[in-house]
Formats: sequence, structure tokens, C-alpha cells
Amino acid sequence: MFKKLAIGAAFALALAPASTFAAGGGEQHIEDFAFSFEGPFGTWDQHQLQRGLQVYTEVCAACHGLRYVPLRDLEALGYSEEQVIAYSAENFEVFDPELDDFRPAIPTDHFPANDAVGAPDLSLMAKARAGFHGPYGLGINQLVKGMGGAEYIASLLDGYTGKEKEEAGTILYENTAFPGGWISMAPPLAEDQVEFADGHPATVEAMSEDVSAFLMWAAEPKMMDRKNAGFVGVLFLTVLSVLLYLVNKRLWAPHKGKARKD
Amino acid sequence: MSGIPHDHYEPKTNGEKWLNSRLPIVGLLYDTLMIPTPKNLNWWWIWGIVLAFCLALQIVTGIVLVMHYTPNEHLAFASIEHIMRNVNGGYMLRYLHMNGASLFFVAVYIHMFRGLYYGSYKAPREITWIIGMLIYLMMMGTAFMGYVLPWGQMSFWGATVITGLFGAIPFVGGAIETWLLGGPAVSNATLNRFFSLHYLLPFVIAALVIVHIWAFHTTGNNNPTGVEVRRGSKAEAEKDTLPFWPYFVIKDLFALAVILVVFWAVVGFMPNYLGHPDNYIEANPLVTPAHIVPEWYFLPFYAILRAFTGEVWVVQIASFVTGGIIDAKFFGVIAMFGAILAMALAPWLDTSTVRSGKYRPMFKWWFYLLIIDFFALMWLGAMPAEEPYATFSLIASAYWFAYFFVILPILGVIEKPLAQPETIEEDFNAHYGKADAEATPAE
Amino acid sequence: MSHAEDHEGTRRDFLYYVAGGAGVVATGAAVWPLINQMNPSADVQALSSIRQDVSGVEPGTQLTVKWLGKPVFIRHRTGAEIQEAQQQDEEGLAALPDPLARNANLNADAPATDANRVMPSPEGEAPGAWIVQMGVCTHLGCVPLGDAGDFGGWFCPCHGSHYDLAGRIRKGPAPENLPIPPVEWVDATTIKLG
Repeated sequence: MFKKLAIGAAFALALAPASTFAAGGGEQHIEDFAFSFEGPFGTWDQHQLQRGLQVYTEVCAACHGLRYVPLRDLEALGYSEEQVIAYSAENFEVFDPELDDFRPAIPTDHFPANDAVGAPDLSLMAKARAGFHGPYGLGINQLVKGMGGAEYIASLLDGYTGKEKEEAGTILYENTAFPGGWISMAPPLAEDQVEFADGHPATVEAMSEDVSAFLMWAAEPKMMDRKNAGFVGVLFLTVLSVLLYLVNKRLWAPHKGKARKD
Repeated sequence: MSGIPHDHYEPKTNGEKWLNSRLPIVGLLYDTLMIPTPKNLNWWWIWGIVLAFCLALQIVTGIVLVMHYTPNEHLAFASIEHIMRNVNGGYMLRYLHMNGASLFFVAVYIHMFRGLYYGSYKAPREITWIIGMLIYLMMMGTAFMGYVLPWGQMSFWGATVITGLFGAIPFVGGAIETWLLGGPAVSNATLNRFFSLHYLLPFVIAALVIVHIWAFHTTGNNNPTGVEVRRGSKAEAEKDTLPFWPYFVIKDLFALAVILVVFWAVVGFMPNYLGHPDNYIEANPLVTPAHIVPEWYFLPFYAILRAFTGEVWVVQIASFVTGGIIDAKFFGVIAMFGAILAMALAPWLDTSTVRSGKYRPMFKWWFYLLIIDFFALMWLGAMPAEEPYATFSLIASAYWFAYFFVILPILGVIEKPLAQPETIEEDFNAHYGKADAEATPAE
Repeated sequence: MSHAEDHEGTRRDFLYYVAGGAGVVATGAAVWPLINQMNPSADVQALSSIRQDVSGVEPGTQLTVKWLGKPVFIRHRTGAEIQEAQQQDEEGLAALPDPLARNANLNADAPATDANRVMPSPEGEAPGAWIVQMGVCTHLGCVPLGDAGDFGGWFCPCHGSHYDLAGRIRKGPAPENLPIPPVEWVDATTIKLG
């Protein structure tokens, strides 16, 4: 009978993130891209992250900041110290309160914030959005597909239909991934807008995927360390469980008639 | 303590005697650890240790996180990111603390429903039960205030909504709400006091846990049969019990290790699954999230809070009778706290002389329905406040109250219980057979 | 409570030891992160090595930068100062309260000659033109003043320690020469500290 309760408990866990089931009007379409970092064993694709950084730098950075991401962390993308120094100085200026002036960025600085046009900061965007929820608030989709923050961003960037309308003086663009269907951000990407050094095709879809992967890294730079810790911990605790099971069984054997016989 | 008769600590060496005559701490620890425990306890009895572990985990990770966290409205959100990105292993510590709260509530709910099924709340264990309910209330307060600290959108708006509940109290509500917040709205003052209390309450919980343990070590554990341990003599008691160490410590640790495998997998592979994405957006008093939902562990009571709207006849009657003092908003608040109070009153509402649900053929089904009701409420709490969810919420809430205030009192009178075993030993032997070493002849 | 020994005694003991060992490992693994989190975080570690553009430091001036939370004096010596420093050097190590170079870029037992105190010069510049040292008096941690004291170097106003043009203690209570941090040229105008 009590197995029901066990099932119930599992159900509770599955049910919990019903909270992530934000209201969201309209028919949202989020494509389930196959990112390399997904799943317990997924890892970053460094080339993809580098391409994503390039898209961010050349396109997104015009309006969006990455204020929580330190530039020095870019070494994790496979760049050398010298490359990060050069990249920082070439692309960003930061305000130095000691100089009371702007100066070229150095690796110990963060990517600058960008409030110029009121666009949201992207540091945590891949964790602040969920691509998947439901069905019926049960949280099964997130369990199977993941939270889908990166998928949401990629679907959004690739989700413009080309239609636009004007509302209260603002131009809105139809987007199949955006809740409500109309977004105020103009389509940011166009075919071959950037030229990848590795010769990777720069279609809108490819760029969307790359920059989403980069933003996932920006939001959760320690993801691989975390998964490693998870993997080692699960393995070790499993061994510990087995050992404790055997100890427990042996300990109780003299007191249990049935257990004694086998 | 007038507990179950058992061996006590005898200081042997002169050093031990010296200490024991001044501070009998070894004896206290010995008695606590070697407490005779009913040997037929099943796997539903492991959650107490899991809860103790959770409390320790939350306190330890919490103290460590405080070394890097900054409770200030301009810095709090950034300091969390500092923990996640810069502090050595900080991301793990924070995810452990975050998901530790969920494990804590999973464990406490199972622990509570175990008590409800096996009648652990019944005499003479009412005090244990009441202390437990107090711990649960403190946990809710601590978890709620802890959720505010990252200063994300859900932190801010969750705090706004929940403190708003106090504003529903007639006449003084507004003043209380302002007092709680330290201003007209959630602000830096709110963040700072919540931080202070979030740090304080776990230690209050720890103290209550000691009292909780003291209480049930005095009465002895309940067990799946609900039959009391024989206390006529030490020899008799030893037929029904085994010492807590090592038998139950090892058993509980095994169960804890299995649970931690799952917990660790969640922390390692999907640490944000139970959280809300909006909390990765810094708090903004000018923009409300589309859909404010509390953490999953509050959802059942949140559903009850929302269920009683102005259209419900009970609410209308209450409003009419009190001349409008109890409006729908206040009624919802009363209902929410009433739902928790109902649980606390279970020892006096349950009229059955049989303790364990195992021997109560009718009770069982009503109890299973309560479990389903609990999950239904949890689900409804996350759904938007619209039809058909509103009606479902009302029905589910009604059942919650009916279970405690109607079904429990009536069942005790009309139900014909099944035969219970005479002793714990009998129950144990029926499950596991008789140990060879046992000299007791069969009946 | 004792339990009767049985014929599986050794196997049981072995199991208990393994399980106990695993428990100890688990505890250790749980404790280490709690200790390690108090070590310097990544942002602090990143500041353990900084680069400083010194192209604007004219001969005869000194730039003070903050490194590891402490001041570092980057001194660009004039030709006259270099000569004076070498004259001070001729007095020999015996005249120095502290005969060791205290230079993190050299062996710990290197003698405190002027050549061992200065930085190698970048190409095209006279040797001994640059000296980089921690701006922390070795007495009680005050920040010495530049271009001051009886020896033309630095002077600590707190308790009157005099340092010469090579940052060596000459007079006063300070026990040691000003320490020289790990330092190198990245290019002709950029110094890397740490």
C-alpha cells in the first residue's frame, strides 16, 4: 500500500517546478536544439562558444551588457592570457573610479553593463528563461529536456516571422518563441552578418545556436565542474549505500530469523 | 526520565567517575544513543535522521555562504553571482543550500504524514507532535526569508505577496505589515531583517529539535503497530526493542545514503529544476513577474489561501456575521493558517483508540485520499487562479478541513478496528521469523 | 550491546572496516570544501598578477600602484641617481644592516648589491634605471615617503627608518631592506607584477 506514497513522493518532485510554468500567452514554439552541453555527460563545444562570443561581441554587445561575467573567465573558452588581454582592450572600455575616467578593459574587469537602450543584461539570461514546461504544470518536460534557457534564446533569435506592427509608437516584431508573440527587439541577426574564423556557416540558425551556447556558458560557467562533482558524488554515494546496506543486513541478521536462513 | 527500562552508563575508571559526578554528559549521550527502539520500525521511520541531516547541512552551508553574501539591496544579487563564479566551490555550496531546502521539506512532509498514518500524534505523544508542528512553522518562516535573500524577482515579489497576508488582519493589519517590512514596501530594511532572522531561526529550530527528541525519548518511539513497548522489566523490554546504536543508526544512515544519491544527482545535474527562472533576474520594484508562485513546498497551503474567494458561500456568511470584518482576503489567511492548525489539533480530533492506521480499515482510505488531496493542492497552487482550478482548489481545501474536523472524530466512533498484535515482538517475528538466538518459546 | 561472534567474523570485520573507511572519506570530502571556500576567491586570485604601463613614468619620478592590497613603488631613476646608488654600493655590504637582496626574482641568499636590487632594464636603457619594490616599511608596515631621508631614497615617517636609493635600510628601526616583488617586463613599456 505504501508504495503509493513513494510514487506520490516522486510525483511531488515532478510536480514541484510547476512554478516554472509561467503564464505566457500565445502559442510559444521552442525548438529543442541538441546542444553539446546537455545531459549529465554533455560538455562545452569550445569552438561553438568562441563563435558565440564573436556573435555577442559583434552583434548583441551593441545593446546588451554582460555585467556579471569577468573577462578573465574567457580563458575557459580556450583563449590564451594574451588573447584575452587583447580582446578586452580592443572591444571594451570601462569606467575606472580611481582614474575617474574610462580606460580600455583588462581581464580582471567584467564585461561592461549596457543600459543604453534599456535592453536586459544577458549574464544570466540562459538561466532566467525556461524553454520547457508542463504538461499541465507537472514539470515532466523540464525533467526530460532540461530547463531550456539556451533553447529559448536560440528559438527566439531564429523565431522572427518578418511581420511587424506599430503599437503605441513602438514597432513590434512577430516572434514565434516570445510569450505573447510580439517582441520589441528588431531581428538582430542576418545571414552572414559575422564571418567565423573557422569557416563555420553563418546562417541565422547557426549563429542563434552559437550565441545561445555562449550565453549558457556565461550564465553557468562552472557547469562542467558541477557535473563532474555530481558524477563523482553519485558514484561514491552509491558505493557507500551498497556498503551500508551490507553492514545493515549483517548487523540485523542475528535478530531476523528469515534473513538468517540464506 | 521514566522511559523504557534499559542499561545505563556506569562510570568505570576514576577519571570517568570524576567527570560523571560533576557533569554526567557521557551518561546523557549514552542514554540517548542506546535508547531502546522498537525493533519493528519500518522504512518510514528513517526520515527523522534525514531531517537532522538537512538541518545540519543547511546550517553548515549557510554559515559558509554568509562569509561571501552581502545583505544589501544593491549588492545582494551580485554577491550571489560572486559566490557562483568566484568563490572556491561556491556554486556547489549555494546549490546544496538551495536544494537542501527542498530535501528538507520532502523529508518533513513524509515525516508528518507518517505520523498521521501511524497515529504518532496520539497520547502520550501530543507534545512531540506539537513541537514538531512548531518546527515545521519555523522551517516555513526560515525558508521563506531565505528565498528573499538572493534578491531576485521572485524573492522580491514573493516577499511582497506573503507579507501582504498580514495586511489582511482587520484593523491592525496595515500597521503590522509596515512593521514587518520596515517601510511601506519591501526594501533594504526588509532584506536586512530577513537575513538576520534567517540566520537566527535555524538555531531556534535546532533547540526545538532537541526538545522534540527529548519528548519522544521519554514516551518511547511509536512503531508501525502502534502497540507500546512492554515496560514491566528490562528483559521484557528487550524482547520488543533493540538499542538505537548500532541497529537504527546504520539502518538510517543506509537510507540517508540512498536519498543523498538522488539529492546529489539533482544538485549536480539539474540544480535549477526546483527553482524559478525569474529569480535569476534582479529584483525590480517596478515590474511584477507575470505569474508569482511560491516555492513548491508552500504550494498546498498557497492553494488553500487562494481557494476562498468572495464568491464562496462560507466566506459570504463569515463576512455577513462579522459585519464585514472578515473579508475574503482575511478568510483566506485564516484558512491557510487554519489548515496547519488543523494538523496540530489532530491528537484531540482523532477519537479512535487504535493508534496505527494499519488496523483501521476505513481510516486507511480517507488517509490515502488526504495524500492525494495534498498533491492535488500542491498542483493547484501552481496553476493560475481561474476556472476550473478555482473550483478544484475549493473542493480540495474543503476535504483537508473535513479530514481533520469531521472524518477523524467520526471514524473513531463508527469504525471497527482489526485485531492488533499483542506485542511488538509478535509483529516483528511475523515479518522476519524468529531469530535462532531467541529463547522465548512460541505461544 | 554486544553481539555474539560467529564464524563469519573476519569477513564481517572487513566489511565494517571498509564501510567505516568510506564514511571517513565521505566526511573528509564534505569538510574540505568548507575549508577551501575561505581561500582567496577567483577574483582575488586574478589580481595576484597585474600589468602596469610605465611609459609615462619619467626619469626621476616614481609611480605607486596597488598590488595585493599594498603599495608598490615603481621608480625610474635618473642617470645621476644611478651613479649615486652605485657609490652607495661601494661602501660594501658590511655597511648594511641587512646584507640580503630580498629580491623575489633572485635566490634568497643573493647579496644586497645595487645590481641585485634593480630590475633588468628594457632594451636601449642604462642598467639600473628601474627599481620596483613594495612600499611597505619592514618595521611596522607604514608606507615610506619617496625622495626623502638621509640617503636620498625613502624615509618612513612613523619611526624614522631611512632607506637608500636602492631601497636598502640604512638607519632606523626597520630590520630589512624593502622587499622586491616578482616583476618582469612584458614589453618595453609594460611591467608585470606577480
